[in-house]
Amino acid sequence: MEKKRYSKRTILQLGRYLFHYKWLLAAALACTLGSNLFALIGPRLTGYAIGAIEPGKGAVDFERVFYYAGWMVVFYVASAAMSYGLQVLMITISRKVVYKMRQDVFEKLLTLPVGYFDIHQTGDIISRISYDIDTVNASLSNDLVQILTTIITVVGALGMMVSISPKLVLVFAFTVPLSICLTKFITGKTRPLFRKRSAKLGELNGFVEEMITGQKSLNAYGREAYTIGRCDKRNKEAVDAYYRAEYYGSIVGPTVNFVNNLSLSLISVFGALLYLAGGMTIGDISSFVLYSRKFSGPINEFANIMSELQSALAAAERVFRLLEEEPESADLPEAAVLEEVKGDVSVEHVRFGYLPGKTIIHDLSFAAHPGRLIAIVGPTGAGKTTLINLLMRFYDPESGRILVDGQDARKVTRKSLRKSYAMVLQDTWLFTGTIYENLSYGKEDATMEDVVNAAKAARIHSFIKRLPQGYDTVLTDEGTNISKGQKQLLTIARAMLLNTRMLILDEATSNVDTRTEIEIQKAMRKLMEDKTCFVIAHRLSTIRNADLILVVNDGEVVEQGTHRELMDKDGMYRKLYQAQFE
Amino acid sequence: MKEIILRYVQPYFPQMTIGFVIKFIGTIMDLCIPYILAHIIDNIIPLGERRLILLWGVLMIFCSVLAVSFNIIANRKASKVASDVTEVVRHDLFSRIMYLSHRQTDQFTKPSLISRMTSDTYNLHQMIGRIQRLGVRAPILLIGGIFITFTLDTAMAMVLVAVLPLLALIMVYVSKRSIPMYSGLQEATDRFVRLVREDIAGVRVIKALSKTDYETGKFRKINQEVVSRERKTGMVMAVINPSMNILLNLGLVCVIIVGAVRVQNGTGEVGKILAFTTYFTIILNAMMSISKMFEILSKSIASGNRIWQIISAPEDMGVLKEETAPESGHVEGEESGALGALSDDSYEIVFDHVTFSYLPQKEPNVNDISFRIRKGETLGIIGEIGSGKTTIINLLMRMYDADQGRVLVEGKDVRAYEPRDLKAKFGVVFQNDTIFEDSIAGNVTLGREMNDQQIQEALLYARASEFVEGRDGKEAEALNIKGANLSGGQKQRVLIARALAMKPAILILDDSSSALDYRTDAALRKGIKEHFQDTTLVIVAQRISSIRHADHILVLEDGNMIGYGTHEELMKTCEIYREIGKSQMGEGMPEENREVAG
Repeated sequence: MEKKRYSKRTILQLGRYLFHYKWLLAAALACTLGSNLFALIGPRLTGYAIGAIEPGKGAVDFERVFYYAGWMVVFYVASAAMSYGLQVLMITISRKVVYKMRQDVFEKLLTLPVGYFDIHQTGDIISRISYDIDTVNASLSNDLVQILTTIITVVGALGMMVSISPKLVLVFAFTVPLSICLTKFITGKTRPLFRKRSAKLGELNGFVEEMITGQKSLNAYGREAYTIGRCDKRNKEAVDAYYRAEYYGSIVGPTVNFVNNLSLSLISVFGALLYLAGGMTIGDISSFVLYSRKFSGPINEFANIMSELQSALAAAERVFRLLEEEPESADLPEAAVLEEVKGDVSVEHVRFGYLPGKTIIHDLSFAAHPGRLIAIVGPTGAGKTTLINLLMRFYDPESGRILVDGQDARKVTRKSLRKSYAMVLQDTWLFTGTIYENLSYGKEDATMEDVVNAAKAARIHSFIKRLPQGYDTVLTDEGTNISKGQKQLLTIARAMLLNTRMLILDEATSNVDTRTEIEIQKAMRKLMEDKTCFVIAHRLSTIRNADLILVVNDGEVVEQGTHRELMDKDGMYRKLYQAQFE
Repeated sequence: MKEIILRYVQPYFPQMTIGFVIKFIGTIMDLCIPYILAHIIDNIIPLGERRLILLWGVLMIFCSVLAVSFNIIANRKASKVASDVTEVVRHDLFSRIMYLSHRQTDQFTKPSLISRMTSDTYNLHQMIGRIQRLGVRAPILLIGGIFITFTLDTAMAMVLVAVLPLLALIMVYVSKRSIPMYSGLQEATDRFVRLVREDIAGVRVIKALSKTDYETGKFRKINQEVVSRERKTGMVMAVINPSMNILLNLGLVCVIIVGAVRVQNGTGEVGKILAFTTYFTIILNAMMSISKMFEILSKSIASGNRIWQIISAPEDMGVLKEETAPESGHVEGEESGALGALSDDSYEIVFDHVTFSYLPQKEPNVNDISFRIRKGETLGIIGEIGSGKTTIINLLMRMYDADQGRVLVEGKDVRAYEPRDLKAKFGVVFQNDTIFEDSIAGNVTLGREMNDQQIQEALLYARASEFVEGRDGKEAEALNIKGANLSGGQKQRVLIARALAMKPAILILDDSSSALDYRTDAALRKGIKEHFQDTTLVIVAQRISSIRHADHILVLEDGNMIGYGTHEELMKTCEIYREIGKSQMGEGMPEENREVAG
């Protein structure tokens, strides 16, 4: 029951997409009507023509034969022209829908909290935005027309047959319920199977992606055979789910034919009997047979369409479920735009946990005045990365608040808040594009000169210059042409280019060797003038110049002060500092 | 594609043949029905015998039942074959991917490998299933239909046959135009997927820089391109149906006219014209199926080729025969000068004038590296970014083969080892190493056979127990993709536990304590020294504190060895090393440092 409501909702959501193009759809409807009605007239004319031939040898009424043949040509050509028009319309509509769906999914992805991507496999997400939407669209462009065609043809053909011989139509009183039963049976069986098929394939794809990404590690431990074994298991499941869905899905075609053939047999027998009883002509039987093909064809085709719709609905469900994910909470309606930020940040009694009931920051307070360098140190897992998530509002605190220039961060727009920070993260991220594009990423109006200056400050300019295409060198996916450290330098240069009042460095220097780091520090120091900086690093030499050092342990600031103050205190900081010489 | 069929589909030929025979019978049954109809109208009705009419009617129903049963059986067989073939192809493809050398993986690129494994195998699966179902039925219906029409009335059949070349012409035209369009579409789709993948990876940066609008715009452009390519391809394909319909229907009109003439002359019968109209529908549908097959085929041939390209990729890192890697290192020893007897078994690791470059004909990434490490000793490697530290690890573990010189492990050329045996000697943590979506224990074992105690010990020595104990599920706690629910330092410790778990002969830590604080780092090194005395340690680091106690320290610059010795020796002799030391320990060595150091 639950499932049923779910599909209903999915259909409604799909309908909403289609409704955007109601005029195109109306045109398509008109074409469907026209092309099918014209095609429906064909068999009747055939019947008349055969009726004109029926008298037999020497008695054929050629005038009438040619007359009807002429009209047949007219109607068939008109019908074909309209059916081409219909296809063009449907392709146009389905492309527009697909375009919109992909765009919606993509835009949705960018609004989701960052945590979503930590728990969902990239492969599975990609599976939704590509295969699933493709499946939905294939079904839209074919099945929708099919359904319309079916309705028109069935109604039209039934009308025609009733006008030829109401008695013979009774045959369908038997075959139509039969085909409805069969259809119900098949769709009932296949619905969950198709859903499972999609899910299993998504699972396999996610697994494959993870394993290929981590191939080097697997290789180093000789775990190839083991991994292949695990892949085999998922492969088997995916293939089996596919087979089980096909097992019932493949009944459809032959069943369609069966009901077709059954109708034809019954019509032949009863038609022949009626003919003997004088109730029908051969021409009538001929028309009737053609109409019955048209009639039972689509009705049974309906079963076929239903099975395609099943897999389309399963796919649509996955797409819509993603679209229904809870996004980052919206900005408050009265949210202000942070402007001319001075960089005065204060954190007041913040309490936070990623999962409800699992608090990892209990009570955090500190103040960072404009232009200060705040260093955050502490043992691993003490909650330092979490702090950045809160500063940038990737997550909101459970209680307490963070003020920027005296304004509650939750009461300003996310965009303006984030724009006021520059950030260099532990994971370097560069996209496929030129070095220039990557560097100017945060600042579209940057001139080449700005970019070069930033690169020079980050000590990566000479490396870039040595590349054959210089700043126009295209960085590729895997970035095999560039080392991890160089990537890091590029992201530092990118951050340098941003003209913000606040800077966040998350262990950003840990991949740069100390010699380079010293030089970067000098440049950074210059860049950091008048900026509020939050540096999270383990290297104590990096943070000795800090105006304020926060020693974080178990989510709480256990010590605050300058290097010298903290060394004098003989507390946790001193212990951490000394450990490097053990 | 040909190779895929020969290798993977051929074993199923007997099964497929049975399926084809069944399908054949079923299809013939389908064809019999209109034939009987013509027979009833032309021959039975004139007799006026109701009993006979009923008898033939029952025969028609009998044929229908046979047709449905046989077709269902055949379809299921076809699905089974398709699933079985796909399973094997996927297995082989994935196996080949797992065993690709790193050079090959670099060449193909990982996203491309992933898409071959996912979308291409899926296309293949669909194709094998559908071709079996349509591939038999459609031609039989087509040929059978034509054949039967000939037996019914040759003249009328000729009209029908005259239409077929026109149909074929349309199909050839359409497929000729559509195949290149499909490959263009595939390329656009690849770019589309790449953008999505990239943005998922960089979602934090995108949000931080408020670039969502920009990324949306970028996506819009590629989305538009894909959609417009899809639309154009669709438009070409859309020509098929209406033009086939019109040709066949016009043919039908001709048949009626020819039929009329034949009946007039007394050479034709009305019932036959009637049967003809039914056969027309059958033939029309068969033609449509065939054109659909072309569409599926053109899509999957490209996929098949992409799959085969990987499966057939040559083994580029073979195992050397013993005689080509002579163990008599004494002969070599003369050339290697100062290093003396290279293949001395007492040396655990030997690099003998090793030179290597990732890209052929480019400047070497490491140049003429030589050193020797005894069992249980520690080697520290330090140097700037891009100086070749990781390259040395790659060569030691034979991720790549050296261009010149040799790498020996336990006195034997690494190229002479069975890969498994060589890998079994190492425990390693790479830069950027991978945490899998599995339990903590699963990440430590990676499926290697070890008991609970071994796992516990590994976690303990890796200093991971402290935080693992604090987790609800302890070592059974599930980790998210890429260990997203661990901090950087916790990840590194789980990875170190993985490396320690099997008590490796050689332990390699490639910059793998960068996210650890000094205290944890120091405690970790101390623990390893105590509990893994026989293990040879290779530490790549950027902090001098991580390697200063090593027995040998290798200092690299631009791929060259610029210093080799102990900390004390290098502080005296190697200027670069001294500089690094100064920058890390602080210029003037402040008092508190001396206090501690003293």
